[in-house]
Amino acid sequence: MKNKFIFLMFLVLPGLVSAAGGGAHLDKANVDLTNKQSLQRGAKLFVNYCLSCHSAAYQRYNRMGRDIGLTEQQVIDNLMFASDKIGEQMTIAMSPENGASWFGAPPPDLTLVTRSRGSDWLYTYLRTFYLDDSRPFGVNNLVFPSVGMPHVLWGLQGWQKPVYKTVEHDGHEKQVIDHLELVEPGTLSADEYDRAMRDLVTFMTYMGEPVKLQRESLGIKVLLFLTLLLVITYLLKKEYWKDVH
Amino acid sequence: MASTNSGFMGWINARFPLTKMWNEHIAEYYAPKNLNFWYFFGSLALFVLVIQIITGIWLTMNYKPDAAKAFASVEYIMRDVNWGWLIRYMHSTGASAFFLVVYLHMFRALLYGSYQKPRELLWIFGMFIYLALMAEAFFGYLLPWGQMSYWGAQVIVSLFGAIPIVGDDLALWIRGDFVISDATLNRFFAFHVIAVPLVLVFLVVAHILALHEVGSNNPDGVEIKKVKNENGIPKDGIPFHPYFTVKDIVGVVVFLMLFSVIVFFIPDGGGFFLEHPNFEPANPLKTPEHIAPVWYFTPYYAMLRAVPDKFGGVIVMGGAVIILFFLPWLDRSPVKSIRYRGLLYKTALALFSVSFVVLGYLGTQPPGGIRTLMAQLGTIIYFGFFLLMPVYTKLDKTKPVPERVTK
Repeated sequence: MKNKFIFLMFLVLPGLVSAAGGGAHLDKANVDLTNKQSLQRGAKLFVNYCLSCHSAAYQRYNRMGRDIGLTEQQVIDNLMFASDKIGEQMTIAMSPENGASWFGAPPPDLTLVTRSRGSDWLYTYLRTFYLDDSRPFGVNNLVFPSVGMPHVLWGLQGWQKPVYKTVEHDGHEKQVIDHLELVEPGTLSADEYDRAMRDLVTFMTYMGEPVKLQRESLGIKVLLFLTLLLVITYLLKKEYWKDVH
Repeated sequence: MASTNSGFMGWINARFPLTKMWNEHIAEYYAPKNLNFWYFFGSLALFVLVIQIITGIWLTMNYKPDAAKAFASVEYIMRDVNWGWLIRYMHSTGASAFFLVVYLHMFRALLYGSYQKPRELLWIFGMFIYLALMAEAFFGYLLPWGQMSYWGAQVIVSLFGAIPIVGDDLALWIRGDFVISDATLNRFFAFHVIAVPLVLVFLVVAHILALHEVGSNNPDGVEIKKVKNENGIPKDGIPFHPYFTVKDIVGVVVFLMLFSVIVFFIPDGGGFFLEHPNFEPANPLKTPEHIAPVWYFTPYYAMLRAVPDKFGGVIVMGGAVIILFFLPWLDRSPVKSIRYRGLLYKTALALFSVSFVVLGYLGTQPPGGIRTLMAQLGTIIYFGFFLLMPVYTKLDKTKPVPERVTK
């Protein structure tokens, strides 16, 4: 019994630990990597809004086109502004030195950002910029305090202002941000903006691991094969062990 | 057996003891017939070693041990190399699988007293394998050159700096630089792909030779060699081949199913097999807010942090591993298996197991408050299990051990 308990403890350990993790509240991104339209809309947003300061230096244009359901010509005509060869990686012209002097730190490469920070984090980050006069670009962010990035998507989202509430913390009263309020609308409604950000995060989740869908479908085949192999090897074992008493 | 003395096999056997070795180690190696679930993990450890060596060779074909290129070369393997993602995920999952299997294999030894006379040397070879495995995992973890690779190595190497007088020079000598750098990456690569694997393979051979010399223990802790038939074959023994080869193959298939679930569906193991910060390239100027080793080192990491003094922590951490070597001489019980031991050992082993798992959990968490207190308690229980062992195993009320193995 005890052995089984310990064995189980080993198995559930990762679950226990992630359940104990805390931090700021994150909204669910609910990405669907099988949704090709969403991936294509996200790719369009990415190359238009992100790919001038941020690179995606491990991702190639042709691989992206193939995986999200676009022909090479479609990629060249619609998504390639920073490069002229379809087999090239999604790099940018801005040098890290310039980036550092303009933004305080060079804008990070975004190929793997959904793997290091998580899709939910990114989805929340993109939607929680708010006006803050104390910052160089006049904006701050709920999940990334003192972020160096300006609110590049303000034209779509508009500007948000924090609404404060008072809470008790260790006997002291403290002002904390309760929620954000839209003070100047952008070209998209709040729902449309959320949907656009979901598309962008979906694309960036794909980019973090292009092979994800492929590995899962292969995994099912591998497990089916192993199940069959298990039946055969188990019967073989039983046959041999018949004469052991 | 005329066929092994004539023809092709005869030609070989006159020049190399192939049939002799096959018989000695496989076809006529008699293992106890009552080996249970816990006895799968030895062959599984060997299987994982083979996975790691083969996937490692293929990874080396595209990996660049260069601080400027290492991170990008891993992404190149993940994206541009045919099946590179599968090879890489097998290797990264294999590292965790190796430790899981080895921990269960070692726990088996604690359950059935497999380290007791005459298997002391077998246990010691096993402990050296465990040490080599830890070194292998540590060196290998730097190679992807992510944030956690970099800062993990920085923390561990700086521990050598806590040693009085020679510490700083020693840490400098290990790194080959004042911080973890390209020089460190190159030497860790050399250790990871050739030096430690060579030692590991040599030790595994020694471990198996020692096992076959003394024979396998079993869940009853009975020496099957004591009761032999007229041909000198143990009455409770059955040939390793075909009985245990067909049995171990079933174990390998079950293992592969669990392994495939990780490799194909959750390759980062929820951040435990591949830590999230490691998807960011190493940045010597930016310290991650929470540095934690991979799960298989966390029990020792928790013990390190449980001691307020840094050098004291290093001593405790090192001692926690070294003390395992002395297990055969700490245990004074006349019986081997937990089946015939008394309540004292059973309680001690349960406490020890729980403390090891809890320490492992605490090592993944930031320290402080109740967690530090729990880690200190866990450390005391861990050491208490070993240091008090000569006392409680002697006092323990054991049950009579049968002559032959039971069902």
